[in-house]
Order: sequence, then C-alpha cells, then structure tokens
Amino acid sequence: MDSRKNIKRVLTIATLLLAAVVLYFGNEHLTRFQARILNLSAIFVILGASMNLVIGFTGMFSLGHAGFMCIGAYTAAILTMSPESKEMIYFMEPIIPALANIHWPIIPAILAAGAVAAFFGILIGFPALRLRDDYLAIATLGFAEILRIIVTNTISITNGALGLKNIPSVKELWVYWGCAIITILVLRALINSSWGYAFKAIRDNEIAAEAMGISIFKHKLMSFGIGAFFAGVAGALMAFLITSIDPTMFRFLFTFQILLIVVVGGMGSLTGSVIAGVVVTVAMEWLRFVETDMNILGMEIPGIPGMRMVIFSILLVLVVLFYRQGLMGTREFNWDWLLDKLGAGKKDKGGKLGERA
Amino acid sequence: MSLEMFVQNLANGITLGSLYALIAIGYTMVYGILRLINFAHADLLMVAGYAALFGIGIFALPWWLAFLLAVVITTLLGVSIEKVAYRPLRTAPRISVLISAIGISYLLENLGIVLLGARPKSFPRPEELVWNIQIGNISFLSLTFIIPIVTILLLIAVMLVVNKTKFGIAMRAVSKDFETASLMAVDVNKIVSSTFAVGSALAAVGGIMWSMQYPQVDPLMGVFPGIKCFIAAVLGGIGSVPGAMIGGFILGMGEVMLVGFMPELSGYRDAFAFLLLILVLLFRPGGILGENEVEKV
Repeated sequence: MDSRKNIKRVLTIATLLLAAVVLYFGNEHLTRFQARILNLSAIFVILGASMNLVIGFTGMFSLGHAGFMCIGAYTAAILTMSPESKEMIYFMEPIIPALANIHWPIIPAILAAGAVAAFFGILIGFPALRLRDDYLAIATLGFAEILRIIVTNTISITNGALGLKNIPSVKELWVYWGCAIITILVLRALINSSWGYAFKAIRDNEIAAEAMGISIFKHKLMSFGIGAFFAGVAGALMAFLITSIDPTMFRFLFTFQILLIVVVGGMGSLTGSVIAGVVVTVAMEWLRFVETDMNILGMEIPGIPGMRMVIFSILLVLVVLFYRQGLMGTREFNWDWLLDKLGAGKKDKGGKLGERA
Repeated sequence: MSLEMFVQNLANGITLGSLYALIAIGYTMVYGILRLINFAHADLLMVAGYAALFGIGIFALPWWLAFLLAVVITTLLGVSIEKVAYRPLRTAPRISVLISAIGISYLLENLGIVLLGARPKSFPRPEELVWNIQIGNISFLSLTFIIPIVTILLLIAVMLVVNKTKFGIAMRAVSKDFETASLMAVDVNKIVSSTFAVGSALAAVGGIMWSMQYPQVDPLMGVFPGIKCFIAAVLGGIGSVPGAMIGGFILGMGEVMLVGFMPELSGYRDAFAFLLLILVLLFRPGGILGENEVEKV
C-alpha cells in the first residue's frame, strides 16, 4: 500500500503544480471575458462547496448564503477602497470616521470579510439552529433578508441603496482560484476529520448522533459558521470581480443559484459542487446567447430577456424530479478510483468512487 | 398622529391584513396536509392578476367573468403544479420537495418575465367595484370594505368545508396521518389535489384583490406577499385556518402601524415580518393557535 500512498501524494502535488502553471499561463493569455468567467466559476465553486457543507454534509437546510455574501462583500469593499474614493462616493451621508481612512490590501481584507461573515453566521446560528427543516429554511432566508435590509439602511457605513463603486479591481486568476483551491482543501480536510464525521452523523440521524455523545448544537453552529465564513470570502471576491456592489445584488435569487449548484452536483459531494460550480457558471454565461439577438440564415431572431433563468428553473426541477442525487450523489473523486480505472498499482483496496460520503 | 391619520392607517392595516390572511390560508392548508412550504403559492397571485388583466383589457370581458376565469385558470395551474412537481416526490426527503417548490416558483416568475415583460402593467379597476367613500374628513376606497368582507366570507366558507363536510374530515385525517388515512379508504391523492384547488382558488381571489388595491401587476409581485403570508401562517399556527387569519391581520396591521407611528423605521418595514417570525419560532413554535405538539410514544 505504501507505493500507492506515494503515488497518490505525487499525483496530488503534480495536480496542484499543474493548476499553478495553468493559472499562470491563463493569466497571460486568456481574454478578459474568458478570465472573468473563470474567476466567476471560482467564486461559485467556493459558494457551492460551502453551502454543501451546511446542506449536504450537515443536513441543515439553510437559505441564508446570499446574506453572508452580502456582509463579506461590503466588509471587503469598505476595507480596501481608497479614502479618496470613499469621500467621493458617500455623498448622502459621510462615512463614519472610524472607517474613512482604512485602506487594506486585498488578502487581509478577504480574510476579514470571511471573519465578519462567520461572526454574523454564529450570531444568527444561536437562535436559528434550534429550528429544523423548512422552519430553518424560512428563518435563515428571513435572516438573510434582514441582513440585506440592515445593509440598505445603515447609510453611514454602507452608503445605503446607492451601493459602493470603485472597489479595487482584481483580475488575477490565482487570487480567485487560489481561494477556491484553499477552500476545497480546507473543507475536504474538515469533512474527513472527526468534526466532519460528526456533521454527517447529524445529517443521517440526529437522535442517534446525540445518543453517541455528539454535541448537536456545537457541531451545527460550527458547520454554519464555517459555511458563512466561506460565503463571506466569496462575497469579497465578488466585490473585487465586479467592482461595484449594491444590496439588491444579494437577494434570494443568489441563494437560489448556489442551491442549483449544490443540487446539480449532488448534496454531500464536494467534487460534485466543484464540477457543478464550473459547469453551471460557464453554462449560464454561454446561455446568454438566448438573450441576445441572433441572425440565423438571414432570419432575425430576437433575444428573449430572462430566458436563461427559465431554463435554469426547469433544470432545477428536472434534476430534483428525475436525477435526485445529482451528478455525484454523495461520492467523491479520489485517486484510488482513478488508479483502479487505469489499472495501475495494486487493486487490493476497494477505494472506488462511492466509498466515501 | 391625528385621528384621521390613525383611522386611515387602521383601514390600510385591515385591508392589507385581510389580503395576507386570505393568502395565508392557502399556505396553511397545503402545509397542514403535505408539510410543504409551497413557494409557488405566491406566484399564483401574479398569474391570477395577469389573467384578470388580460380578461378585462384584451378580451374585453365583463369584470366578473374575467375574475371568474382568472380563478379557474389559477386553480387549474395550482392543481397541475402539485401533480407534476410535488406528487412524484411524495416519498422523497423534504428537502427535495422544497427545492422543487423553489424551482417552480422561479419558473413561474421567469416565465412571467419572458412572456409578459418585466415592466409592471397597470391594472384596470372595474368602476363598479372601486369608488370613493367620504366619511367626515376621511376618504376611503370602497375596497377597504370589500376586501375584508370577501376575506371573512371565504374564511367562513373554508371553515365550514373543513369542519362540516366529508371532504373536510378526510382532509383533516390526511393531515394528521397520511398512511393511516389511506388505509381508511381515503383517496389521498384526490384530497391533496382538492386541497391545492381550494388553496389556489383563494390565492387567485387574493391576487385579484391585491391587483385592485395596488393597481398594477408585474411578474415578481408575488415574491414579498408570498414570504410574508407564509410568515402569517406560521404566526397564527401552521395548519390552523383561523390561525392564518389572525396571523395575517397581526402582520398587516403591525406593518402599517410600524410605518405610521415610526416613519423613521419605514426602511425596516420588510424586516419587521421576519423579526416577528423568528421571535414566534423561538418562543412559541406552534404559533398563536397552533397545537403544542406532544411527542407521541
């Protein structure tokens, strides 16, 4: 088995190196549009994976992701905007002095965004996590709306409904994909730790889990807080990608798109969330063609605004109706499966796709 | 606040509360029987609003016929949604059904945007139904009285059906225990369909009255009423028809009075409902009229 372990380690390092090389060259050679879609994919991968931690792995149906993103995006934006542009933008009410002269670099701002979002997540989690199923869903949805309404109304901090502009623009692929890869590695480690097993135990049977001595509330709160942390990180990246944010961006619709990724990828599979995150985001951009005017064989076909969302709603319902477990179910990709497929190494250990949930 | 202002606010609160109550009844019936937040319920408001608009505006039907047709169309749609999107998932985990409901809700909204345009259209108020009533210094819209009366009449009708008829007994049996009811020769599918029909019809009436009260329709008009009416249903005690009524009134009245008495908080108007919901869930999860669920051994 040792040889196989080494092979796997080498493969992991090689893949990460390959990813680094791809990102480096992608940064140089991709068009701005392509790079933007790739970055957006990275953001949705983070969102999908972190929501999957809460919904798929811990079994809490939480619909608050957009709210945490909102908090993250605003935190990152306020921390990184230059004092001059803050002075220019806040013309309804000046920004409170404590925040006026803050000017942080990108990376600490991303971490701070996650931390603030996690703080709110835990704050909300205390009352909300006593609820279950659809009550939890509607309560978290409510909390996300309340967060958004608070952001709209605290004008001296967030500039209210006008939103923020001139947020520093980040175009480098490695920032986005770096965050995505770190997120996946952290979540993977978490899921395979004793905490992760506790999460899955709670998902499968709360009463049995409690009987085994797992502290339900503590673990639920952990999962919720960590999910909120990464949602905040994704929100920060979103702010740097589109450079202007306003509260209406973070409506429930956003949570819905993330939910689509979780469901399509498979509830309880990080691999699924990664695949679905990229596929859904790219498809969503690609499908823009149905909304633009087309000219086929001399015929003018007018674009239909809103058609994309129709297609995606149908897709969501179809997946739930006919393909309930999504692309991956609760399976994960691992090297054993690939090596078995290739017939390399020893075949003694049944590390097939589907072994680990 | 002057007395006129207060009476005006009171009237607005009662109107809004009645509308919330009417829609909340549909939620509470469906939740009672299937344990499902029917997210698509609220979008039926929009469908009814548009159907009535087209009936009056394009086909030049008399208003009562247009309204009747709108109710019929909405009811059929509500029943078909249950058949297509919820029934196949009857044995699935609750999360799947909930996701399906969210999907259908988005489908209706976005289909609305594609087919009807995202811009709000103004709703033609039938002159026979909408006129001004002057009492002292205060002028009311006739709808201020029509909407609560219609709501109360429909509530009484639903209560009679639920409490007195055979269908009502079957419905309550199904909501208590799905499997036992089906063993007792209750056709569960038929009962669920009928429940959806009643709920959708109430949503349609609510949607038409909503469109008259705030005379415009747009594809997303159901979103906020939808969430708030579900909250109203939870507030009153989900599964309880009179509870939905009380919850609707508390919510509508509270919202209007919050803005009336404390205008500086008007930005937080939509947060009020959610705050109320969370407080209720925490301190009295069964709602005001809800049964205190005792675990049966």
